[in-house]
Amino acid sequence: MKFLDEYRDCAAVQQMAQAIRRCTTRPWTLMEVCGGQTHTIVKTGLQDLLPEEITLVHGPGCPVCVTPLAMIDRAIAIAQLPGVILCSFGDMLRVPGSTESLFDAKASGADVRIVYSPLDVLHLARSNPKREVVFFAVGFETTAPANAMAIWQAAREGIQNMSMLVSHVLVPPAMEAILSSPDCRVQAFLAAGHVCVVMGFEEYVPISQKYRVPIVVTGFEPLDLLEGVRMAVAQLESGRFEVENQYVRAVHGSGNRRAQERIAEVFEVTQRAWRGIGEIPSSGLRVREAYRRFDAESRFVIEIGRAEESSECIAGLVLQGLRKPYDCPAFGTRCTPDTPLGAPMVSSEGACAAYFHFGRHNKDGIPIVSSAASGN
Amino acid sequence: MAYLSCPVPRPATDRILLAHGGGGRLTNQLIESVFLPAFSNAALDSRHDGAMLSTNGARLAMTTDTYVVQPLIFPGGTIGDLAVNGTVNDLAMCGARPFALSAGFVLEEGLSMETLRTIVASMAKAARVAEVPIVTGDTKVVDKGKGDQLFVNTAGIGVLVAPNPVAPESIRPGDAVLVSGDLGAHGIAILSVREGLNFEGVVYSDTAPLWPAVEALFEAGIEVHCLRDLTRGGLSSALNEIASVAQLRINVEETLIPVSDGVRGACELLGLDPLYVANEGRFVAFVRENNANRALEILRSQTVSAGALRIGTVHENPSGIVILRTRVGGNRVLDMLSGEQLPRIC
Repeated sequence: MKFLDEYRDCAAVQQMAQAIRRCTTRPWTLMEVCGGQTHTIVKTGLQDLLPEEITLVHGPGCPVCVTPLAMIDRAIAIAQLPGVILCSFGDMLRVPGSTESLFDAKASGADVRIVYSPLDVLHLARSNPKREVVFFAVGFETTAPANAMAIWQAAREGIQNMSMLVSHVLVPPAMEAILSSPDCRVQAFLAAGHVCVVMGFEEYVPISQKYRVPIVVTGFEPLDLLEGVRMAVAQLESGRFEVENQYVRAVHGSGNRRAQERIAEVFEVTQRAWRGIGEIPSSGLRVREAYRRFDAESRFVIEIGRAEESSECIAGLVLQGLRKPYDCPAFGTRCTPDTPLGAPMVSSEGACAAYFHFGRHNKDGIPIVSSAASGN
Repeated sequence: MAYLSCPVPRPATDRILLAHGGGGRLTNQLIESVFLPAFSNAALDSRHDGAMLSTNGARLAMTTDTYVVQPLIFPGGTIGDLAVNGTVNDLAMCGARPFALSAGFVLEEGLSMETLRTIVASMAKAARVAEVPIVTGDTKVVDKGKGDQLFVNTAGIGVLVAPNPVAPESIRPGDAVLVSGDLGAHGIAILSVREGLNFEGVVYSDTAPLWPAVEALFEAGIEVHCLRDLTRGGLSSALNEIASVAQLRINVEETLIPVSDGVRGACELLGLDPLYVANEGRFVAFVRENNANRALEILRSQTVSAGALRIGTVHENPSGIVILRTRVGGNRVLDMLSGEQLPRIC
């Protein structure tokens, strides 16, 4: 299949792995920011191909993992209102809130649906004029343009019964939050390629300079990821710290201006709480005043109780690359993909779910998990 | 920076979730915690696609399946085709020639008579192709809104032809793992016509009776150890169930697993893995290593399994897991699906 097979070619991948081995002389810790990248690494077994010196830690770029508990509780409360159709992307429905997930709410009678595009939500709103159609909009800069577009389109068409519960987050502030932590052990980033398709990579230059950290904009196929690692390691080995672009076939320095304009028209930057990390200033998006009638938070005024987090789970440390899922007392016992206690165990992009599988590898005694995966 | 921790939600075991019907781990938990303890007996406890029974010298297989698919009519078939082929295939997977079927209908008030006739005609045709009569049946009608147009249950009795038990317990280290053709077409055909998803290329369901291919293997004297049709949960779930019962490790090669470009494209777009997507006319066969090449020749001579390929090998190892060697030369556990396969966000 064109534009995919070239980047999954075994010989090319092995060659790139060889190139990484050749240029690596010391241990380095790299963070891949995006959950989609984590997914590829796990799905293709890329860790096997890296030299022992390279440790990949999985970043906070899993949208369902960082959506705060209170926001999920709010989505569930809205879904339970009479006449509401609540839609979201598939993964989001399984993530537990304080007491239940959206799937649980569905089983109890709420009308909860999976959609593939926010524009499907408009279609639902048009064809159900007597219902309130609410879209639970999560994600990073990648999904923001389409969500902004849906609100913009709804305003243009005068659709009255559509709104969004917005929990959008932005990548650069989260990277800064990780770097400014005194415990930070990340020495280079593989930045999220698809976020940069929209936003470009100019905003990473000050971060790279301030924290003296290499940032390589990286794609999502195996060859992309290995090339990203090679470029980051080459910088680390030579003492450079620059922003480089591996994903040249999709990303340009200034990104997609029209998409940015649409985001800026509908959304504005705000402080957001990240599940697992906490409040980060200027790290999210909310609906602008001019479009407030499409904001589900103001449309449905709901009092929700304080969302209590247990002290047992260490998802926060995992999402910052500070601890491994293995270090959690509930990992693999009380917390599994069937009975997730935290979001990283839910999504295939989540680090805990990924490690759940690696753990079974270890038990089998097959030397599949390199030191990169097995910890410090 | 505030460290967040995870909540402890109420476990989702106090009511049925859709995922309990997904064919993955939750389905297995439901069977193990509710049905097996209540009904336990030797035939059921073997947990095969059908029960293998013997009475007065006759060796029989019996199976049942209920079909709730929407839409009722989709590219390549109808719920009626599935209901006949699915039960025929469950019998075939026991090594049994289908002998007779039953059909039970739950019809929703208001269902169009034309739709019912179309579905019944497709069942009749599928039964003729599979050379099995539908010998008894039942009809119930429920109030509008209490059913989803039409549900159908079929049960089947078959005559065991396999000389030895065809079951996960019969697998041995060294066995070759064969699949009968390209994977994922049925699941994608259904998804492609669900609301809101329109693909440019049409993917047709692979629904078909598998008995001719299985019969050909037995007639040629191939030492068949286990057969499994790759329905809900796809190849991954089937291999995991078998590995877990056999307490052996199954290694498969991603590059050898056949997936059509249409299915691959749809899966890439939707964030699905074709190895978990349902099939209705594909099976996996475990055969003795030195029979593998001849088995492939025989399968390829049959229309329904013309695309048969060897995808892996069984290894000695008590862990009962499935290892996939990926296209790029890495390894990973091919795990059983937890609930429904959900599209990822990015």
